[in-house]
Amino acid sequence: MDIQPRQLSYSQAIQEAMAIALESDPKVFLMGEDIGVYGGAFQVTGDLIERFGADRVIDMPISELGGAGVAVGAAMTGMKPIFEFQFSDFATLAMEQIVNQAAKMRYMLGGDVSVPLVMRFPAGSGTGAAAQHSQSLEAWLAHVPGLKVLQPATPHDAKGLLLAAVADPDPVMIFEHKLLYKMKGDVPEGYYTVPIGKAHVAREGRDVTIVATSIMVHKALEAAVALQAEGIDVEVIDLRTIRPIDQATVIASVKKTHRMICVYEAVKTLGIGAEISAMIAESDAFDYLDAPIVRLGGIDSPIPYNPDLEKAAVPQVNDIIASARALVKGKR
Amino acid sequence: MPSTLKTSKPAQNNAPFAIRNYTPEQLRMVLHKMHLIRKFEEGAEDAYLRGLIHGTMHLSIGQEASALGICMPLTDADQITSTHRGHGHCIAKGATVDRMFAEFFGKTSGYCKGRGGSMHIADVSKGNLGANGIVAGGIPIATGAALSAKMQKNGKVVVCFFGDGANNEGAFHESLNMATIWTLPVVFVCENNGYGMSTSSARSTAVTNIADRAAGYAMPGVVVDGNDFSAVAEVSSAAVDRARRGEGPTLIESKTYRHRGHSKSDRNRYRTKEEIEDWKTNRDPISKFENELMQFGVIDQAGIAGVITAVDIEIAAGIAFAQAGIAPATTEVLNYVYTEQH
Repeated sequence: MDIQPRQLSYSQAIQEAMAIALESDPKVFLMGEDIGVYGGAFQVTGDLIERFGADRVIDMPISELGGAGVAVGAAMTGMKPIFEFQFSDFATLAMEQIVNQAAKMRYMLGGDVSVPLVMRFPAGSGTGAAAQHSQSLEAWLAHVPGLKVLQPATPHDAKGLLLAAVADPDPVMIFEHKLLYKMKGDVPEGYYTVPIGKAHVAREGRDVTIVATSIMVHKALEAAVALQAEGIDVEVIDLRTIRPIDQATVIASVKKTHRMICVYEAVKTLGIGAEISAMIAESDAFDYLDAPIVRLGGIDSPIPYNPDLEKAAVPQVNDIIASARALVKGKR
Repeated sequence: MPSTLKTSKPAQNNAPFAIRNYTPEQLRMVLHKMHLIRKFEEGAEDAYLRGLIHGTMHLSIGQEASALGICMPLTDADQITSTHRGHGHCIAKGATVDRMFAEFFGKTSGYCKGRGGSMHIADVSKGNLGANGIVAGGIPIATGAALSAKMQKNGKVVVCFFGDGANNEGAFHESLNMATIWTLPVVFVCENNGYGMSTSSARSTAVTNIADRAAGYAMPGVVVDGNDFSAVAEVSSAAVDRARRGEGPTLIESKTYRHRGHSKSDRNRYRTKEEIEDWKTNRDPISKFENELMQFGVIDQAGIAGVITAVDIEIAAGIAFAQAGIAPATTEVLNYVYTEQH
């Protein structure tokens, strides 16, 4: 296979993955709201309807609950739907089918069915769309056994994880940060997968581990450059999958750096950072800690409309720099 | 259950649909299954009361003709989704009572290997995609299975059972709409037993006949006496044929009654003893079917006694099978959460 790096945007990478899946497997089809001639609310499906037709790129009515259930039923009976929510916030309308049906069907039926369903959720703040179009709800779904939950941070991983999700026999939920859609990066041509459940060390460092998800990976990397100038050597772990969590990679990193910051956009309280922190506290990495664990996450507020308020509601680069500086300075 | 139309017997033009269209062997098998459903429910209830089964269950005693009539035109390859009151549907679609009892007893030999119990009873090998603990949970799933059948061009028809309570859920509206706009091979069957738990259809539903809601989805809506096997089989055959011809969905409202309460916690405070007795005495689906079979010479009293004896033996053997089964090891509690990948 001809695999050569070239630059694609995050949304182009997702579209390419869907095109490869549609081309290689007649069981794969897309469904969602305005994914046909409109091309999707964020133009991720684009012109796929022209290549694959309206029977495989299905515009559904504005019926998130029913549509999600249709995808579950199709997945149980031999098809492989890739379902697009227009905004991840609208998943709240479909929680019954995702949580009670898709996640549990194989278990309830004693292994007699699989639900090879992929759902895509454009998520996150920063677009000025306010409280009902800006949430990060991935931890809701990550709380449900039976689901797998991914948060690709780069175009490379967006493509590789989507293709891994399509190949997976179980329901896989993919949260895509809307601000990443236009970000460009190296994306190999052709088919490849990124393993589900494996974190990626995006930057190696000695002094502090920053465990980040989605867009926060990029903010952490930006912070790391600034911190390097101050002599603080940051390791950044891109979690990539939040269910199942790659415990080994995080634990090994904390044992090396002795400090950890979790940074994620979703509401901090009761979120993924609490899980990661508890995981370290329960592991032998706890004995290696030289400082308390720090969590940086969304504040306990709906996402506001005003741009300054909106930025204040979620962690920014400067918050990461300040936290890391304080954490490392405590030792020195 | 085979559904081929008979050719051997001369037509009896005054006879009901079932007498005209099914062989005596098929009709006796229907009677067998009616008794099998009822005695399965009674056996499950008895085991529950004796503490052999835990949890709860929702019995379909009184609704046997509806389950069997609807499933009569289906092949093993056709699929159904069922409800919390799903034991009868499961038997009607071809499941065996031994593995059903084993599931209720929580054994590995049960249909769901002891993971599902009454509310998730299924037999995927016979096209039963499962009962469902969520009211209206199966309606979008059936619609998706029908989309799947249409995309795969495999000729399958999907029947979606739900109760009167489900017709006020949003999933009902969303699914019926999609079934029509995509012309899907699905038959929606609302078994209206008069009550969603304690709340009567009259108190919960704006229309007298739930089938009238079909007009809002531009599909045929049919009301049928759900305690009349022949009448149910007739409307089901028409709807299944329509779906198989690629002409789209139908909404059937099968009006019936559950003799027992909603579940094991029900004190029956919302309906009168007289009402329950009336349905048991005057409108029982099994008595009605037996009378019809005797009237048209398909079976006699001795024949009926023989059916009941055979069913009793089958039930006893099923319970014995369940009791002899092996309980799942607690170390295997995580099995089937995800697909095993080797």
